[in-house]
Amino acid sequence: MAKFRIAKKRLNRSLGGDISIGIFLALFGLVMALPMVYAITTSLKPADELWVYPPRFFVTNPTFKNFTDLFRILDTSTVPFSRYLFNTVFVSVVGTGGHVLLSSMCAYAICKFKFKGRSFIFQLVVLSLMFNTTVTAIPNFIIMSKLHWVDTLASLVVPAFGSSLGLYLMKQFIDQMIPDAILEAARIDGANEFRIFFGIVMPSVRPAWLTLIIFSFQGLWNLSDTNYIYREDLKPLNYALHQILSGGVTRVGASAAATVLMMVVPIVLFLFTQSQIVETLATSGMKD
Amino acid sequence: MKISEETRRKIKYESTAWAFVLPYLLTFSLFTVLPVIISIVFSFTDFNMLQMPHFIGMQNYIRLFLQDDIFIKSIGNTFILALITGPLGYILCLLFAWMINELRPIARALVTFIFYAPSISGSMYLVWRAFFSGDAYGYLNGFLMNTGLISSPIIWLRDENYILPIIAIVALWSSLGTSFLTFIAGFQGVDRSYYEASAVDGVTNRWQELWYITLPLMRPQMLLSAVLSITSSFGVGAIVTQLAGFPSTNYAAHTMINHLQDYGTTKYELGYASAIATILFVVMVLSNFVIRRVIEKVGT
Repeated sequence: MAKFRIAKKRLNRSLGGDISIGIFLALFGLVMALPMVYAITTSLKPADELWVYPPRFFVTNPTFKNFTDLFRILDTSTVPFSRYLFNTVFVSVVGTGGHVLLSSMCAYAICKFKFKGRSFIFQLVVLSLMFNTTVTAIPNFIIMSKLHWVDTLASLVVPAFGSSLGLYLMKQFIDQMIPDAILEAARIDGANEFRIFFGIVMPSVRPAWLTLIIFSFQGLWNLSDTNYIYREDLKPLNYALHQILSGGVTRVGASAAATVLMMVVPIVLFLFTQSQIVETLATSGMKD
Repeated sequence: MKISEETRRKIKYESTAWAFVLPYLLTFSLFTVLPVIISIVFSFTDFNMLQMPHFIGMQNYIRLFLQDDIFIKSIGNTFILALITGPLGYILCLLFAWMINELRPIARALVTFIFYAPSISGSMYLVWRAFFSGDAYGYLNGFLMNTGLISSPIIWLRDENYILPIIAIVALWSSLGTSFLTFIAGFQGVDRSYYEASAVDGVTNRWQELWYITLPLMRPQMLLSAVLSITSSFGVGAIVTQLAGFPSTNYAAHTMINHLQDYGTTKYELGYASAIATILFVVMVLSNFVIRRVIEKVGT
């Protein structure tokens, strides 16, 4: 009964609308979930089911053999699996952290400070998003070799700091969510700019950087073609998995298991950050 | 010489601003802007990665438009795909995000996850290869033959008539990524007190609320998502090679990105590939200009 009353109190909402939205989301949700379900069922298929004709979508005799096979194959590689894992975790975590921090700071200054060149920088960021990265790979390689960064993890981490998406995203959210009045109040209270940034701006735009963490982390986690890394022990996990598992039909099952394993960390991160985004609802009362 | 109090304050203000800007600006300029500028310069040269580049003026561009029939075809395909997947994908992202925002917190996180699932891993769209497989065991052929709609399997991904529509569907399906999540976060940034005020002002249903209240407050995210939609809808490339092979039958789904990658990574004509990237860049910038005008009209 109490639940019913809460539902009734929601503004501008009709029960019919709620139901039709529910049906609409359920229908499309099925189509969107399809590949994830397919990837998981495939990874659980025993060898005879992987090659059965006609192919079946779902698995009938699920087994973890593909996963045990995968770990057995990984044991035979010259560079230990843990080394690849470390490379990828290091690049994803440091690259994402640096990108979120540096781009948020820059976005804050562009939004809330009046200085020469602010709109020029912003326009440059928007434009740079629209240039295809295939052809910039060679100029980037030239820059990396001039810096002597070829075969270092820095060649993967530092460019991630300066990627365009973060600045554009943070700027748009700070524009939307931070009124000038609240900053003025803090300045009158004597807070310095760094305290305002970390104490007021960043907590208020939490949905923005939580979302940015997903984008940045996912991109770095799935990195597989590394134009600047030739040393085997510095290669990322995704690259190594592709190399090890491209060994023909016998490794199709292990390969499917690898795909699923690679998804686990981004999925956990996604669900964690999304649940945090929801929580900010309660604290959004601080706006003017 | 004495510096006035006002000048000193101005210097302090500006140096604080630059302290915030510089760390990002340095990495951004060095690893994003500089490579783009070098590429644009390459587009006026005959750079082939073996010899030193020579300046050849507009020759790459002239060759693209006057001598390269496949490029002309790729422009058509690219625009068809962009016009279908761009606007439709954009509206679907916004619509789904808005509907999901109506759900209670836990359900919202889960449904967001399901809708974002195609973007979690870079190769998710490969499931469609099994679905559209050309033999009788492909899921779609199997279904159509079981129901008696067709009597022999259709080779979906090799038939010129079907390739482009199928690519459009898969591109649309996989486009629910960055823009979608941006909208999800954006809806959280809308101050709820506006909704209460709007109900007093005579907004009576959720559609009016969306158009007059929510969307105008979401304009920053809408502008961002427009750019992201443009880059992804004009940037369809990997889906084509993975589903239809390279080149697709009679170049039926050959896009500008496919053409660019062919010259940039297989034929090593980097000057020529850079010219394609520059043309694509100009096209995207122009479309962004048009779309900005449209978004400014929202809520009026």
